Amino acid sequence: MTTTIRTAKTRGVGASIPRPDGIPKLKGEFAYSSDLEAEGMLWGATVRSPHARARIVSIDAAPALAMVGVRTVLTQEDVTGSGRFGLAVRDQPVFATGEVHFWGQPVAVVAAEDRETARRAAAALLVAYEPLEPLVDPAIAARTGSTFRVIDIVNGDPGARGEVVVEGEYEVAMQDQAPLGTESGLAIPDGIGGVDLHISTQWLHADHAQVFEALALAPDQVRLHNAGVGGAFGSREDISLQIHLCMLALRTGRPVKMVYDRSESFVGHVHRHPARMRYRHEADRDGNLIRIEADLLFDGGAYTSTSGAVLANACYFATGPYRVRSVAIHGVAARTNNPTAGAMRGFGAPQPCFAYEAQMDRLAAALGLDPVALRLKNALGTGDRLPTTGQPIVGSLPTRTVIESVAAMPLPEPDESTDPRRLPGGTGLTTPRPAVRRGIGFAVGIKNLAFSEGFDDFSEVRGVLTTAGLELHTAACENGQGMVTVVEQIGRSASGLDRVTVVFADTSEIGSAGSTSASRQTQMTGGAALRAATAVRDEALRRVGGDRLDDSGVWRGDRLVASLEELLASGPIAHLERFRHPLTSPPNATGQGDIHAGFVVAAHRAVVDVDAELGVVRVVRIDTAQDVGRALNPLAVVGQIEGGIMQGVGLAVMEEIVLDQGVMKNASFTDYLLPTFLDAPEVEAILIEEPDHWGPFGAKGVGEPPTISSTAAVVAAMRNATGRELNRVPVRPQDIALGSHQPPATSHQPDRRPEGS
Amino acid sequence: METLLPRDLDEALAAIAADPEATVLAGGTDLMVQVNLQGLRPARVIAIRRIPELREWVGRFIGAAVTHRRLEIGPIKALAEAARTVGSPQIRSAGTIGGNLGTSSPAGDTLPFLAAADAEIVLRSRTGERVLPWDQFITGPKRNARRPDELIVGVRLPEHLPARQAFAKVGVRNAMVIAITSCCVIRDEDGTTRVALGSVGPTPIRARQAEEMISAETRPSEAARAEFARLVAAEVRPITDHRSTAEYRRHASGVIARRLLERVLP
Ligand SMILES: Cc1cc2nc3c(=O)[nH]c(=O)nc-3n(C[C@H](O)[C@H](O)[C@H](O)COP(=O)(O)OP(=O)(O)OC[C@H]3O[C@@H](n4cnc5c(N)ncnc54)[C@H](O)[C@@H]3O)c2cc1C
Repeated sequence: MTTTIRTAKTRGVGASIPRPDGIPKLKGEFAYSSDLEAEGMLWGATVRSPHARARIVSIDAAPALAMVGVRTVLTQEDVTGSGRFGLAVRDQPVFATGEVHFWGQPVAVVAAEDRETARRAAAALLVAYEPLEPLVDPAIAARTGSTFRVIDIVNGDPGARGEVVVEGEYEVAMQDQAPLGTESGLAIPDGIGGVDLHISTQWLHADHAQVFEALALAPDQVRLHNAGVGGAFGSREDISLQIHLCMLALRTGRPVKMVYDRSESFVGHVHRHPARMRYRHEADRDGNLIRIEADLLFDGGAYTSTSGAVLANACYFATGPYRVRSVAIHGVAARTNNPTAGAMRGFGAPQPCFAYEAQMDRLAAALGLDPVALRLKNALGTGDRLPTTGQPIVGSLPTRTVIESVAAMPLPEPDESTDPRRLPGGTGLTTPRPAVRRGIGFAVGIKNLAFSEGFDDFSEVRGVLTTAGLELHTAACENGQGMVTVVEQIGRSASGLDRVTVVFADTSEIGSAGSTSASRQTQMTGGAALRAATAVRDEALRRVGGDRLDDSGVWRGDRLVASLEELLASGPIAHLERFRHPLTSPPNATGQGDIHAGFVVAAHRAVVDVDAELGVVRVVRIDTAQDVGRALNPLAVVGQIEGGIMQGVGLAVMEEIVLDQGVMKNASFTDYLLPTFLDAPEVEAILIEEPDHWGPFGAKGVGEPPTISSTAAVVAAMRNATGRELNRVPVRPQDIALGSHQPPATSHQPDRRPEGS
Repeated sequence: METLLPRDLDEALAAIAADPEATVLAGGTDLMVQVNLQGLRPARVIAIRRIPELREWVGRFIGAAVTHRRLEIGPIKALAEAARTVGSPQIRSAGTIGGNLGTSSPAGDTLPFLAAADAEIVLRSRTGERVLPWDQFITGPKRNARRPDELIVGVRLPEHLPARQAFAKVGVRNAMVIAITSCCVIRDEDGTTRVALGSVGPTPIRARQAEEMISAETRPSEAARAEFARLVAAEVRPITDHRSTAEYRRHASGVIARRLLERVLP
């Protein structure tokens, strides 16, 4: 093997360089937003509704205000502006007023000299409620028109019928993003009516707009600054304590800090949409997909959040990465008194994937085909049209390749070990080796990249050349995914400089970078960085007639024509880039249109050991091939794949917010179970690099695909091991041990339609 | 808040006699959860973790301040297996058997062993010592017979403790999980068998009918083992809650009881 040494490029794109925040986080030295402090700081605490639905009869702040150290109590009456927020629709009041719509909805906030006093003051506030019957069944909500969005997609010949039909009903429970860092921030009043908010968020500018609108402040009176984020996964896309903090700081004239504890975090952010899905797949005898009908019912909870876009994703990708001649999808995002649902890794794609991949397995069984062969036969690719929206696929879409790559990976040897850590049930010592059956499951998932449906999606980066190197200023949020690292790598490869640093800019200094979500920052902020860095380099070369830039300065051939100092003596070099991806359009009445900027696929094969009698499992291994366009930092890509798979495994076997009449029964890590290392499978990943049409260097986002089909693959393996139906995730021990068996695989009833909707 | 750090048992007993309202703190792994989640704010804390008498483990006496970690590497097989399932390494290094008893949670993982072994709980106050059989000590979910002026000094196991013993715990996760059901089976050379289960009733439950039936079987056939499982499942009194269903808890109790029996059979 020969190694080409290109000093200026070795830390550019393609290099597996580690993240700057990695070691400090391991050592406990990284400053999270919860570590912020300011002189004279107060602590805030939130008063929340103990009812899922209730009329607020009265609020008496006197007992709280009478406590020593309490500085203020604020309710909706104290809100100056619109008093409403919401990411897509401003439909949620800053504090509940009149009626409470979900359990844990904020009713008031207090500020006090210390955290303990604030907590006690919040508990002392007297709120009289008249409990009302909550609407918690999304099916009833859908029937009675209590909805956020209803989508109907019709494409292809509606009369097309296949001879082989499988029908099924599937359910996905409510998953939590469970970032280790809870919601936290620090607001500092500027003394002249404005406020600086240091906040862990996914999208500074969206928060910014919601804060100044809600409080009727001028945009430049509110400045939002990136603070250290302890994970997000969608949970920080919506407002939690941002407006409360700013109100408290403005009212008291003092810096105010808030940190949710773990239980409050569960009620303080939105969750993955629970879903009920009904499917009908029809194929011809050769296994060509002829028609897919699906009814998707998503529970959006109390407020809009991103329900509309989540439901849209679910509907657009309801048929999976497959060619289908005829499609009819009906989707409803219901409005209930359950906790609000919104963004979570995969954003509407994992729910239908769980269903359509189960359908594909059952169809394969009905046809007597190998499940992988059936998927290959119908695999969607570049040049095809998305079967739901009819959009031609112009970028890369290596569905065949991801399937073939995973299928070709070696399977693990049978496990004979009696080490409990390698057995289902783990250290609980529940399971002797002979009680174990091994199953193998396969699943493929598809999703869009970046924002869709005509949303004006952009990211701004300002490249500034200094004598110390290139600065890339952005308001993009580093949520721990490695944005800083990859944007710097792009800057290096584009400029030729090695000394490239991302500089976090606040909302007053630069335009929006868009959300750190939708797998979009590498493409969007990376795309802006590529152009900004290129423009800076071009200007530097033009100014002194050079042909190459590096940390020493500008070169012509092998002669240094100007050092950075000399170059910049004739004036600064900077370039502001606003990057947009290819334009998208909203859907027409039947859901048709060029709605997405790009697509991404991944395939997963799970090997799961199951103790069927007891219903306990061990996910042994997940092999995956993922369409990454171009791996700008392979180490970071694998990090996303391993973490995303863990979240998919969690949804498959344990992660669920249990609700009873809208009330969470397990809002803590005692009972909201996340996989531990003993539950973590081995992961082997193959990166498929087929450059896409617009991401920097052909890159695609990589954050969400690992989560989309890993859940489906794990459950398929469990079905394979047990013969159980397992049409709900997470699969609980009782579903395996006591659940019903898979329905007969074959059915030839092309005339039966699913009833109603 | 005032924290007392008595140096020996006498000092501790004097402290608790002086203020029976005081809160006893051992490893704090239950107590701190109450502080963090339920807003418990004790006025006075008596910290007993370092008291030498309570750290003793001599023969059949295990001091209240013996940690799960020490139990895990100790000589009593089923107790070690139970202690191994408690929380994470950090929790096992701090949490104690006395604390497990002090909390008396139906899900306390050492409790099925203590029940199956017919352990006694040793309590002491300034005025004297009381020794209670486990089922007189644990009186309900998170309720026990300790008087406010008493400390749990430790547990006393019977002199004769059969070597054939085993523990298992079913949870939704493969480590660090609260039991959906847990079970301990102890079988003597003569076939006498005791079986106790946790998390399937308000207190640990001894499945006496199952014990009687299987004790009479010197070499239990497959049918006898299945009957044993059936009887255990019939005798437990599980509830449905956010962790599991009564139906599954019942089923799983029978399955693990049978498997544990098979583990301890020669
Ligand atoms: C993350 C986590 C995981 C856990 N997992 C498990 C698990 O898997 N299985 C399990 O069984 N438990 C588990 N627990 C609970 C806890 O660790 C155990 O119950 C442990 O045995 C408690 O012991 P401790 O010494 O920490 O008790 P402490 O918290 O110090 O005390 C518990 C109670 O007992 C009283 N007390 C303690 N010692 C005495 C004494 N000598 N005399 C009188 N009263 C006393 C205290 O006043 C208090 O009421 C877990 C806890 C956490 C935080």
